[in-house]
Amino acid sequence: MALLEVRDLHVRLGGSHVLQGVGFDVAEGGVTALLGRNGVGKTTTLRALLGLVPADGRVTFGGDDITNEPTHRIVQRGVGYVPEDRDVFSRLTVTENLQLARRNGDGRFPYVYELFPELRERGGQPAGTLSGGQQQMLAIARALLNENRILLVDEPTKGLAPMLVAQVAHALERVCDESTVLLVEQNLTVVRHVADHVVVLDTGRVVHSGPARELLDDRERVHALLGVA
Amino acid sequence: MSTIVLLAITGFGLGAMYFLIASGLSLIYGLMGVLNFAHGAFLTVGAYATWYTETKLGGIAVAPRFLLAALVGLAIGTAFAALVEVVLIRPLYGRHIEQVLVTVGLGLCVSALATAIWTSDPKFVSLPRWTSQTTGVLGASIPNDRWLEIITAGVVLTALELFLRRTRYGLIVRAGVENRAMVTALGIDVRRAFTLVFAIGGLAAALAGVLAALYFGTVDPQRGTSLLIFAFIVVVIGGLGSIGGTAVAAVVVALVQQFANYYASSGMGDLSVVLLLAVVLLVRPRGLTAAAA
Repeated sequence: MALLEVRDLHVRLGGSHVLQGVGFDVAEGGVTALLGRNGVGKTTTLRALLGLVPADGRVTFGGDDITNEPTHRIVQRGVGYVPEDRDVFSRLTVTENLQLARRNGDGRFPYVYELFPELRERGGQPAGTLSGGQQQMLAIARALLNENRILLVDEPTKGLAPMLVAQVAHALERVCDESTVLLVEQNLTVVRHVADHVVVLDTGRVVHSGPARELLDDRERVHALLGVA
Repeated sequence: MSTIVLLAITGFGLGAMYFLIASGLSLIYGLMGVLNFAHGAFLTVGAYATWYTETKLGGIAVAPRFLLAALVGLAIGTAFAALVEVVLIRPLYGRHIEQVLVTVGLGLCVSALATAIWTSDPKFVSLPRWTSQTTGVLGASIPNDRWLEIITAGVVLTALELFLRRTRYGLIVRAGVENRAMVTALGIDVRRAFTLVFAIGGLAAALAGVLAALYFGTVDPQRGTSLLIFAFIVVVIGGLGSIGGTAVAAVVVALVQQFANYYASSGMGDLSVVLLLAVVLLVRPRGLTAAAA
């Protein structure tokens, strides 16, 4: 049984029918990449799974129906979220951002500090003064502070300099080794390194689903589905 | 010199009241995006509960009676605010027009209800004798209640800052002011923080009601509404969601009002405050300390 099952998911935002019956499974322990051109509904899918936008359809997590559950309850079930625009709390310090994310117990501070040593060094610094890469590290660290059953990671390398992409991708690889991940990512090199399965969206619908290698090794298909070689 | 000292300390006393009303207003708008026009009603409920309790406590010396009545007033004001959030505001989050209609309506209802039950005549509150005595400072005779108002506001400012900086709920409030959706995406039930902030706002407003009874010596149904107007100005000048900014703005507004009323003419104080608001909006549209939560 899949850890996350999405069936016939519809989202309407401001008169637009953004998701038009999206359905896919995320297997436990693997990394599923959600791919597609800009504006096809990848971010909206993650936000709908978290209850951040109103959606119709059915979402089950670990066998439980979580459709229309409040966001905080879905997250408390063991769902970590790294949003597209990082959404760190800019006026709070790095440490305060991490403390806020701690749900139960002490939080895995040693683990996240080992992964991102810079965050320990900059603990007292307001998050808004960090560089884009450092903010991305903080956003990922925030999700890793708790032991989650699944991580929803939205474009972690978006807008980063190539050197920072490598650093974030390295951290992502480590995360993917130990957790189930649903990853939205435009950078196919990163996807190739970490993903087991891919789901491709186009205009709010799933147009392809299958093993990552099978799609990524087929350059013509990649070009047809994603518009890149 | 003595006049300046008297005006300054009286201004600080008035500023203390503005701060107590405006701090809750600022936090409520900053965190929840709710423009709470019923905030003056929390003051009215606190003030009337204090006055009413005091009238029912016979046979006790004035000072402990006032203290006891004030505690009852604070408790009722706090509970009323929490109830308003749970019953009236919670179903209307994100629906700003409805929020305005409901809170304006509630504010009008509370003052109309107080008028209907106790008439619009001011009710005299029996105050401890010490509060009506004066203390000499640099040749000025300062009414003692002003010190009480200033000290109380200082204690509330410190307590609010400690709450915001040192507690987990404070952290949630500060983060929620910035990005409410992301707070819920971290697994936090932000609605609890909403109720808590409303209750804290209600407590501070009820405290302002008690202090207004000290300052003016009476309780009346319109006091909440008239002070609320200046509290809104203080919030806008101070920067929404900023407690420190609210404190600074409250003092500035009250001092401008006091000095203009004395050195220009009575009524110029209100006009000067509106002019100050216009200048701040032109120069710093997001308030004096918009960057600090």
